[in-house]
Amino acid sequence: MSDILVRTAHLAKEFTGVRVLNDINIEIERGEVFGIIGENGAGKSTLIKLLNGTHFPTEGEIFFEGEKVHLNTPVAKNLGISTIPQEFNLVKDLNVYENIFLGREYRRRGGLLDHRHMKQRARELLHSLQAEVSPTMKIEMCSVAEKQMVEIAKAVAYNSKLLIMDEPTTVLTPIEIGILFDLIHRLREKGVTIIYISHKLKEVRQVCDRVMVLRDGEFISLDRASDIVEHEMANKMVGRELEQIFPPKPTPSDDVVMRVENLSVPGLLHNISFDLRKGEILGFAGLGGSGRTELAETIIGIRKKSAGTIFIKGKKRTIKSPSDAIANHIAYLPEDRQGTGVLVDFSVTNNVTLGSLKKYAHILINHRKETAQARKYVKEFDIRTPSLKTKLRFLSGGNQQKVSLAKSLDSRPEIFIFDEPTRGIDINAKMHIFSFVHDLVESGISCIFISSELEEVIGVCNRVIVMREGHVAGDLIGSDINEEEIMQRATGVKQGVAV
Amino acid sequence: MNHKKLNAAEVGAKGLAGLKKIEMDKFGPFLALLVLFAVSALASPYFLRLRNLTNILRQVSYTGIIGLGMTFVIISGGIDLSVGSMLALVGGIGILLLNYLGGGAGAIIAVFFGAVVVGAVAGATNGFAITKGRVAPFIVTLGTMSIFRSLTLFISNAGEFRSHSSLYPSVGMGYFLGLPNPVWIFLFLTALFHLVLYHTRFGRYVCAVGSNERVAVYAAIKSTWIKFYTYVIVGATVGISAVLLSSRLNSISSTNAGAGYELDAIAAVIIGGTSLSGGSGSIIGTLIGALILGIVNNMLNMLGVSPYLQGTVKGIVIIGAVLIQRKGKRLF
Repeated sequence: MSDILVRTAHLAKEFTGVRVLNDINIEIERGEVFGIIGENGAGKSTLIKLLNGTHFPTEGEIFFEGEKVHLNTPVAKNLGISTIPQEFNLVKDLNVYENIFLGREYRRRGGLLDHRHMKQRARELLHSLQAEVSPTMKIEMCSVAEKQMVEIAKAVAYNSKLLIMDEPTTVLTPIEIGILFDLIHRLREKGVTIIYISHKLKEVRQVCDRVMVLRDGEFISLDRASDIVEHEMANKMVGRELEQIFPPKPTPSDDVVMRVENLSVPGLLHNISFDLRKGEILGFAGLGGSGRTELAETIIGIRKKSAGTIFIKGKKRTIKSPSDAIANHIAYLPEDRQGTGVLVDFSVTNNVTLGSLKKYAHILINHRKETAQARKYVKEFDIRTPSLKTKLRFLSGGNQQKVSLAKSLDSRPEIFIFDEPTRGIDINAKMHIFSFVHDLVESGISCIFISSELEEVIGVCNRVIVMREGHVAGDLIGSDINEEEIMQRATGVKQGVAV
Repeated sequence: MNHKKLNAAEVGAKGLAGLKKIEMDKFGPFLALLVLFAVSALASPYFLRLRNLTNILRQVSYTGIIGLGMTFVIISGGIDLSVGSMLALVGGIGILLLNYLGGGAGAIIAVFFGAVVVGAVAGATNGFAITKGRVAPFIVTLGTMSIFRSLTLFISNAGEFRSHSSLYPSVGMGYFLGLPNPVWIFLFLTALFHLVLYHTRFGRYVCAVGSNERVAVYAAIKSTWIKFYTYVIVGATVGISAVLLSSRLNSISSTNAGAGYELDAIAAVIIGGTSLSGGSGSIIGTLIGALILGIVNNMLNMLGVSPYLQGTVKGIVIIGAVLIQRKGKRLF
């Protein structure tokens, strides 16, 4: 009965003397969906990379179909181990079938490509996956879900026995997720083994046969998915009771600090109106692409609005650029930390003062004053850095995020917009950020809190605005702030304002 | 808990390695200059003669001054290929102005400032097309390189701009405290630009824009203006260089003046350790880069290497310098 496809024995991995994975002993059966969950930095990605040959283990062994194997990428591929990465490896200028056969094209005698044969084979493959994607469509024109189908078809074309999926649903809509799950079931019936990694515990429970929890590189538990509820999973991942994570919610006053009226950006935002009160944490929930980041970028003047007005403390304001936003005491913590938040090649100090350098310079920059301020933030936020001169590229994601926070805060805002402030950072840094937000509103600053983690929005915010396709799809307060109410509005099942 | 400690250790190790790299970036070009200097001194007895050394300094000043402005452009993520042609155009206009004003001391001062302004305007043209027109700097300056040269040829009918002033050459030929005037100006501008790059908001913003323009924009930095100003600055340095060169020759050749200067100016910046991808760089490095190029040329002359081969050596030095810097980076 039990047919073990992959077995690991005392698997461990170190990077420059740091043990990121320790003593992992697992047996994965043929044809099962094996879930792996854990916080960021728990060792999930490292384990995958050992299994698909990207990294070599520091200690321990891997057995594939009973035989000990030394994996590197080509060996893993030949054995039938494929990975569907979070960022797809597709060439956007090529067609679907050209991508599927990239690097192992069918050829006719004489060396020319056999397009007809490849198209036909691609059509068969996609058909067997019940994926309605045309083999001749350009990747550029494909939706995210279609791209994922192509990736899966690519893997199946390699006759994969083990398919590793890393956070496959983050970019998908609920309907697309449904299609993916059907596909996973079909693959499993064909005897393909799937390792499924996700942050979304509900999905893990829904789609996996067994679930393994990793924490700080250690094996914590392995259960049948039917035997463990989400709450238990979460507690095991974090290693403590979850309720402690969020500080108490402060009580906002009735003064409206910012009023946004009928804000519109063609194709992105449609008649967005809301009030932000003093000392309030106003959450923005919604699916990816619902326009939350675009809203924030429009408020701070990075995007051009086609209509709408912004009132700050009752007065109409024109904000056409981020410097206008700063002049109006609005700070923004960008979603894409390394793309728009911090300069990874700048030192801690120079990042902190980037947006507020005016304070430190008449004609020449007062380096001492600047350094003193940076030192203050490093102490206050517990930023772990070897020195103030260290480039940010050498700091962890959580510490980079704290520097980004310090940078936004140094412009002395009264309104602080957080955009996915906890993305990609570990639980300790997350808690720091929650308590930071809490302290801010206690001191009278108003916060807008954009997050895709429902749990966070629910745990942190006084009020939650749900967005869907550029519209306000709901405005929730009090006990209405729960997962069900938010999701129903975010997906369009339920509409309107609950008061 | 264990995890946390390990993280701190990791950060520490990486930070230390990072420091080493910075040191290498800073002192690599300087070490190369010292080695080159020592080798040259051993290879030729004439090298260390005062006259030879001041000669080298003078020779590198014209492109070195442009290199200083170019450093800002390159740090901000741009490039300016038009500087050589621009020098001919600005120099030519300068001489026309000088002759028009009569060629006295007052006229020379007017020409000096006039050339800086004309250079800045020419640079602003580049900057405008690049920032407002959103055309790649390489393309814009490739275009203006051709335009500036063609205008110069047209104005002079492919001949020479000849100054009628007998006083003018004393500017470019003159000495002050034992060093040629252009050298003093080069050193003064080096100090000034170094100050601007490291101790003013503008300098910091230039680095930020070159490092990641989106981050700079989100941090309320007006990146288009910053980029625009870098081209104005390099234009102004071209103006200064044009005055120094034309006053030394008391003329400007519309065909030859400034030819190949863009190569030497960019090479000085790159050899000095400023990365072509932008984000950081060093003014002192550009000074050193210009000196390295000057000494190499000088040595090749002294050793009797064919002048036709000197370009080959220069090319090897440029590629070698980048290779060495690249190697330092690959460790991470």
